[in-house]
Amino acid sequence: MRFMLLQNYGPVGSDCPPMTEWSPADIRAHIEFQQVLNRELVERGELVDAQGLAGPEQAQRVVSDGAGVPVITDGPFPESKELLAGYRLVDVETGGRAIEIAAQASAAPGPGGVPIQQPIEVRQVLSAPDPEM
Amino acid sequence: MSPGEVSGARSAESLLRELAPQALGAVARRFGDFSAAEDAVQEALLAAATRWPADGTPDNPLGWLIRVAARRMTDQYRSEDARRRRETLAASWSLATTAGPVPGEEDDDARDDTLILMFMCCHPSLTPGSAIPLTLRAVGGLTTREIASAFLVPEPTMAQRISRAKATLKASGEPFTLPPPDQRAGRLRSVLHVLYLLFNEGYASSSGPDLARSDLSGEAIRLARALHASLPGHPEVTGLLALMLLTDARRPARTGPGGELIPLAEQQRGRWDRALITEGTSLITGALRQGEPGEYQLQAAIAAVHDQAPSYAETGWPQILSLYGRLERLTGNPMVTLNRAVAVAMAEGPAAGLALLDGVGGRLGSHHRFHAVRGHLLELAGDGASAAAEFRAAAVGTANLREQHYLTAKAASLAAGGAEGSG
Repeated sequence: MRFMLLQNYGPVGSDCPPMTEWSPADIRAHIEFQQVLNRELVERGELVDAQGLAGPEQAQRVVSDGAGVPVITDGPFPESKELLAGYRLVDVETGGRAIEIAAQASAAPGPGGVPIQQPIEVRQVLSAPDPEM
Repeated sequence: MSPGEVSGARSAESLLRELAPQALGAVARRFGDFSAAEDAVQEALLAAATRWPADGTPDNPLGWLIRVAARRMTDQYRSEDARRRRETLAASWSLATTAGPVPGEEDDDARDDTLILMFMCCHPSLTPGSAIPLTLRAVGGLTTREIASAFLVPEPTMAQRISRAKATLKASGEPFTLPPPDQRAGRLRSVLHVLYLLFNEGYASSSGPDLARSDLSGEAIRLARALHASLPGHPEVTGLLALMLLTDARRPARTGPGGELIPLAEQQRGRWDRALITEGTSLITGALRQGEPGEYQLQAAIAAVHDQAPSYAETGWPQILSLYGRLERLTGNPMVTLNRAVAVAMAEGPAAGLALLDGVGGRLGSHHRFHAVRGHLLELAGDGASAAAEFRAAAVGTANLREQHYLTAKAASLAAGGAEGSG
């Protein structure tokens, strides 16, 4: 079963300040935590892909009617907090395991090593095979 | 590249894949270390895939693979402790003098090895998600890269999954022999289950962007054939192989040009593979003569009735109904009850099918397939508006993209038909 674990630029559970205000050591610890988690997921045979996305300032929104010139809006947008910040795509045995990974990712360390409680959205990827069909 | 070279490359590949379990069986038995032998044989196969096309296929290809794999194991052990090294060298010397299997015993050994390997790879301590790739590599002779691409995961992720499976096996202390007779039936059930899941993995995604995955059904059939060759008299093994062939026969008619799902009722039956139907039917007919059938035989028998029908309406529904009844009693699986409801509707009318569904609604009321089946029966009963609502509920609940497209389109067309009818 495949799951997308998504995280947005929304408020986090711990109310910690934005990352730009963290100490360099705290930022390093946070990044290392993410790398260790990814390595662990590869070692368990579960990681398909993990990516962080460029910030809301670089985002562009494109709308087209298929005929005229597309309308392009540059970010950041007023509702930037709902913008996707990054994702992990995992291939796991059960939905429970996806929740477990999400919980681990949510507790990534923030300032002073305190878990930031990042909300992680867990979404199953369609096209899982269906043996009873 | 000329056509001759292409078929040459293909036959070299199929030779390697046929020899893979034999080489692994020989090396694992002599060294008594399945996990290390599996790695060594995988390396020997990769070496053969590059060297044989250049140097020519050796006179004794199996002996070549065993020798190269044994050398890899020796190299690997060399860095480990001295006691183990002496033992290994001794083993590899004796191996060099008897480079191939003893004449006459070759076939028996090969059959046993395939069987032992399947029992190992489908060990109950492994989840299907680990057992399937391990079986494909150790018994099917696929490379890690091929398996990773079939399952759409990166190669290192798949390599880790396989190596963890082998670590689990090692921890279980499973010896490289056939399981004791009193455990064999249970262990065989695990093997059949793994092959069944592998087949479905490929069958559920047999076209369009998932094309590579459809090869997995072919792999499952190949492995089921090998298992059947090892246990020709086992009716459930025969039943599973027959089920795969009779299901795979419909593959050409099962998807439309855009990869969309075409249900059994609407398939062009002329496109079904007659040779597979004949083979599957003859296998299941023979197996059913052997006594009380198990679940794979019953499923194969149902598939055979469908495959022989000239049309959906002219299907032997009473026969299918009775087979589903037996399957339901045997497995207690509520999904079987859903299928039986369809058969009841076809044999006795949609009202009877819907009444049966009402009885299982409590257990299955939120499952997407319950809604899909109810939608079909309501459609048969002429209640398009209620059917559309059921198909919409089913579309929301499925985790299969193609099924979701089918159910959404079904709901939309019924809703449109209903609007026309009432307006």
